Amino acid sequence: MSAEPTVNNAVASLAGAAGLPRKNGELVFEAPWEGRVFGLAVSLSEQNYYVWDEFRDQLIAEIGQADAQGDPSTYYERWLASFERLLLQKGLVSQDELDARTAEYESGARE
Amino acid sequence: MSDQHDHNGESHHHPEPQSYAALRTKAIESLLIEKGLLSSDVVDRVVSTYENDIGPMIGARIVARAWVDPEFKRRLLDDATAAIAEMGHQGNHFVVVENTPSVHNVVCCTLCSCYPWAVLGLPPSWYKSFEYRSRIVLEPRVVLREFGVEVPESVEVRVWDSSAEIRYIVLPERPKGTEHLSEEELARLVSRDAMIGTAVVKAPASVA
Repeated sequence: MSAEPTVNNAVASLAGAAGLPRKNGELVFEAPWEGRVFGLAVSLSEQNYYVWDEFRDQLIAEIGQADAQGDPSTYYERWLASFERLLLQKGLVSQDELDARTAEYESGARE
Repeated sequence: MSDQHDHNGESHHHPEPQSYAALRTKAIESLLIEKGLLSSDVVDRVVSTYENDIGPMIGARIVARAWVDPEFKRRLLDDATAAIAEMGHQGNHFVVVENTPSVHNVVCCTLCSCYPWAVLGLPPSWYKSFEYRSRIVLEPRVVLREFGVEVPESVEVRVWDSSAEIRYIVLPERPKGTEHLSEEELARLVSRDAMIGTAVVKAPASVA
């Protein structure tokens, strides 16, 4: 694999409603999965499965739509939803396998 | 992912029920790994890079402030919770322990993974490992050497066990040759590991 990752300014400088939740400048993850889904979306873009702007546009659209509908979802829930949509669009995973795998974690069949 | 299951029946940290989002995230990660698109290791490194460079910045700023402002440092060592609140951050009960030429402090949580998340971001995965939690108490100098920190025999090593009630943070020594740096520049030198005690802060390479 290539060199050690460095902070990508395009990621760090997501702006407006799409801006990463921060306190005094540092990233705030409310739960471990938030850090994980953040890392997954950034990693795939660093490996060129999509360009960052594609993810950013998805995220902005997701946030806009959720706000318009008065959806109380959190920032990283919206991040997850946009990431998932991008994965499906890119054909990196399918809806069926994703649902099946989620059910396995839910039932404890897999952990 | 084993790092999500570090609570082996301990009672003072509370396993959270898994939310749908947490399960969904696990499902995505496991599929991406299975398909060979990613490795957990790559994701770990990306997350830790962002944590290291952005995550522990509150902690780093607190350290830099203490280095340049002796009055703040005194307050920080007397009552860290209040001093940290003064910098705009309310949190759990913090205690700051100072490294000096004669004492090196290092923090762990022997029971699980209590950690000052609020100022240092997510804990590194080794912090939660059984190996670190047990060995840092039994043979701190050996473990510190493995982290690249050589503590001379003349320096006392103190190991602090964080709990849900008290979260320890190490105030590292300010490196020599940084007298000309601003508070902001100093903050950038302070790593997460230095505030756990498993690293020391070094002057930037360009400093003669």
